[in-house]
Amino acid sequence: MDTDTIAAISTPIGEGAIGIVRLSGKDSIPIVDRLFKSPSGKRLKDAKTHTIHYGHLYDGDVLVEEVMVSVMKGPKTFTREDVVEINCHGGIVSVNRVLETVLANGARLAEPGEFTKRAFMNGRIDLSQAEAIMDLIRAKTDRAMNVALGQMEGRLSRMIRKLRSEILEVLAQVEVNIDYPEYDDVEEMTHKLLKEKALFVKQEISRLLDTAKQGKILREGVATAIIGRPNVGKSSLLNSFARENKAIVTDIPGTTRDVIEEYVNIKGVPLKLIDTAGIRETDDTVERIGVERSRKVVKEADLILFVLSNNEQLTEEDRLLFQMIQGMEAIIVINKTDLPTKIDIKEVERLAEGRPIVYLSLMEDRGLEQLENTITSKFFSGEIETNDFTYVSNARHISLLKEALKSVDDVLNGIEAGIPVDILQIDMTKIWETLGEITGDTVHDELINQLFSQFCLGK
Amino acid sequence: MNTYEAGSFDVIVVGAGHAGSEAALAAAKIGAKTVMVTINLDMVAFMPCNPSIGGPAKGIVVREIDALGGAMAKVIDKTHIQMRLLNTGKGPAVRALRAQADKVMYQREMKRMLENEPNLTLMQGMVEQLLVEDGVCKGVITKTGAIYRAKTVVITTGTFLRGEIIIGELKYSSGPNNQQPSIRLSEHLEELGFELMRFKTGTPPRINSRTIDYSKTEIQPGDPEPRAFSYETTEFITDQLPCWLTYTTEKTHQIIDANLHRSPMFSGMIKGTGPRYCPSIEDKIVRFHDKPRHQIFLEPEGRETEEVYIQGLSTSLPEEIQHEMIASVPGLENAKMMRPGYAIEYDAINPTQLWPTLETKLIKNLYTAGQINGTSGYEEAAAQGIMAGINAAFRALGKGEDLILKRSDAYIGVLIDDLVTKGVQEPYRLLTSRAEYRLLLRHDNADLRLTELGYKIGLISEDRYKKFLEKKSKIEQEMKRLKNIIIKPNEKTQQLIKKLGGTELKDGVRASDLLKRPEVHFEHIKQLITPDPTLTPEVEEQVEIQIKYEGYIDKALQQVDRMKKMEDKKIPIDIDYDAIPGLANEAKENLKKVQPLTLAQASRISGVNPADISILLVYLEQGKIAKVSTK
Repeated sequence: MDTDTIAAISTPIGEGAIGIVRLSGKDSIPIVDRLFKSPSGKRLKDAKTHTIHYGHLYDGDVLVEEVMVSVMKGPKTFTREDVVEINCHGGIVSVNRVLETVLANGARLAEPGEFTKRAFMNGRIDLSQAEAIMDLIRAKTDRAMNVALGQMEGRLSRMIRKLRSEILEVLAQVEVNIDYPEYDDVEEMTHKLLKEKALFVKQEISRLLDTAKQGKILREGVATAIIGRPNVGKSSLLNSFARENKAIVTDIPGTTRDVIEEYVNIKGVPLKLIDTAGIRETDDTVERIGVERSRKVVKEADLILFVLSNNEQLTEEDRLLFQMIQGMEAIIVINKTDLPTKIDIKEVERLAEGRPIVYLSLMEDRGLEQLENTITSKFFSGEIETNDFTYVSNARHISLLKEALKSVDDVLNGIEAGIPVDILQIDMTKIWETLGEITGDTVHDELINQLFSQFCLGK
Repeated sequence: MNTYEAGSFDVIVVGAGHAGSEAALAAAKIGAKTVMVTINLDMVAFMPCNPSIGGPAKGIVVREIDALGGAMAKVIDKTHIQMRLLNTGKGPAVRALRAQADKVMYQREMKRMLENEPNLTLMQGMVEQLLVEDGVCKGVITKTGAIYRAKTVVITTGTFLRGEIIIGELKYSSGPNNQQPSIRLSEHLEELGFELMRFKTGTPPRINSRTIDYSKTEIQPGDPEPRAFSYETTEFITDQLPCWLTYTTEKTHQIIDANLHRSPMFSGMIKGTGPRYCPSIEDKIVRFHDKPRHQIFLEPEGRETEEVYIQGLSTSLPEEIQHEMIASVPGLENAKMMRPGYAIEYDAINPTQLWPTLETKLIKNLYTAGQINGTSGYEEAAAQGIMAGINAAFRALGKGEDLILKRSDAYIGVLIDDLVTKGVQEPYRLLTSRAEYRLLLRHDNADLRLTELGYKIGLISEDRYKKFLEKKSKIEQEMKRLKNIIIKPNEKTQQLIKKLGGTELKDGVRASDLLKRPEVHFEHIKQLITPDPTLTPEVEEQVEIQIKYEGYIDKALQQVDRMKKMEDKKIPIDIDYDAIPGLANEAKENLKKVQPLTLAQASRISGVNPADISILLVYLEQGKIAKVSTK
């Protein structure tokens, strides 16, 4: 029944040292073969079934990843189709890049549970397992939905929604021109006007895709500043993160040699931790330098972890730091909960201005998990806004955005070819629908609602 | 009550409006012995609202009805006072005809058609009850005690079901235009278990043409070219009447504002849901308060009457306010009102209670069509009428097949699929934006899409079918020919291209490729090749459209093809959704309610997401795989 080739990441995202991208379908071997170069020059299409091969994956001339590729020919595979598994380095960046590359070269992104569905359809799984598959489809979808929901609240979906509503206005205008040709109050959508709109949409989508290509946030991480007075536990916090999360790179001296940067991966979210702990503090200048350094770091940070000591009262310096981070994304970390509470919690809550407060004891190794959760939830909900935020990191979104971009080009080409606006509307609608798949809004009635709310129509 | 046996039939059609007329004619023509029972025989094919037929999407539907062998196109072709092709400046997909009708002539012509149909009996009477045995409809009983028995029944009661007219503070039980409402039948449908909805619609006042100062308005003439809806029409009306355009004024808006509290729309007197695309003037003023003026079209109701319909001034404000409002419009300062505008509330059945054949799920052999199904518009009604008539006749004659049009076949398919799959929250009107394949569903190719089907059903004559096949093969031949002719870049060609403002040819090019250029039309190609003198303008139009938009048409066809797999996947009627693990609850509920016939239809139900469709597919495949694995 299905003839196309599907691909998906088959290992949990952001966990584990190895990531696997799996393809299934009749073109899975040719697709990967085109991208793969082994040191010996051996081609995958000549490879025997159930063999594994070392080499590099290229997208054109660009090296994508160092990989191990397993080739398994049907029917002795999970789906009974030809299956290729690409093993690469774990973490979001590599796996996503590999997936993106195969999607750009002829594979289609698998729907949730689709591999299992194919296995079933091709008779690989017997009847008694059918129910389990249905549960699986449901479970996987729910998970995908949750992730999507997380992103829906995020900045990406806000931007896409905004773009969609602008497209919707164009669509409604064209529809009104068609369905109410005598209605005098609406400007006729001309090629010139449509071109303007299409170019705008193109620019917006390209911008999103550009940030995706850079993968900046994923490569560099969320710039996270750990600030606080001396001896509240900044270094311990950094070290704990590094220890717990198997730091990718350790002890890279900062460019100014004043700060220490540490790259950690917290549940799939890469953080670039910047700590002022490395500053040598002399007695007389401690306060001045501390504040100065903090000021600089804070300026560059996307997220601030402000560490306070449970065991000490708030000082003027603390209040100064609160002032400095006013209006910024921050988490207030109250350390040393193993010691008696001397800090005025009420005042901290007031100064926190609604930002989360996390209690922990680094000494007793308590509360770190909660801090990690707070960080990741901030990331996935899109609250963290960085200077160079990657709105798009998910391969599904990238492939949808590319699809939308192709439709924009269809519109623009159609304008050049003198195709009537109402026919170009087909591609314009496609853009709108494709973007809707990213945010999960694809209700068709929206257009009709827009029509009647935007224009005063009727007899 | 005394009853008597009034006869046995194959099909009974209740109602004689636009749905009823098409249903009765189709059923009778197919060969079913048919009776049409209606409250008032003077009301056959009556237009209670605007005197016009067609327009975007709707005009295409009229052509589709014609291609299937229906009546509406032929009748309006004979009785219009003006006809226009709309959207001529746009692409071929959205062009549509609209005619202003002579209401009285339209009725007379349709009635004559019904009367002359050999298999059809017309009888005046108010149907109050259905004969239902074991969930199967067997006939109807009228107020006068007549029992009509039949194998199938089609109900097309329009806005008559528990109709109530509302003007200002006044509210009284009535059908449209002060006709007798049908109250008992509505109650009976409820007793049978149907879920009814309360809808509202309205109509503007009518004024006397002799009292209008047309010098203060703009003329809106018909097209100078002769036009027709039906592919069979050969005689064209040349003597056309114009419509006129004027506007509301600030004064109009002040009058409305000052009397809003007396509007039943805002006083809470009207509870029914009205259509957004057909708002009353008071509604428009409230919702678009900043708009300084609204268009008012003055449309004659016919050749032999002075009554003029005021399009744009639909209202249910008190009669005395309506007088004031009219007088505030330029050109109407001294206009005399002849009938007041009014709102009407009526019962409709939620169409998710229907199969795509328009048969009710609740009662076998009972069909409903038209406004009773929550639609509005004469064309939407007629389209459902012909489909219900065909299906009721097929069933009655034991032909064992159902006629269901796909969304890619016709606007009629879009209309019925929307109704039975999504239900309605307000009176439903067809819009071009409801059709996802509108490039395929054009006004110019309705015959190519549906004549074959109409012929198979038995509603298209041999003669017409032969002509159709001829046209079809001419189109194919010419398209093939143009793809094989190479046009050389000689002086004649280059000069023509230059004249048209295009870029000159570098090499020889296929005639079909040259036709794809935006500035080149078939008439230009004809100058460069040996033209085929036997081609009609309709054939040439088809060739041009099909070649010019080939890329887009192909893309649409691919989309249809992708959907086909799901369209072909049938869902058994006795499927037990509760027994399918993994379906989301909302999906389960909606699937149970709509009972889709195909996987494609299931995928269009709100609340059913792709995962549910996958699960459903796995479930449906189980049986097949079980067979495979036991081999």
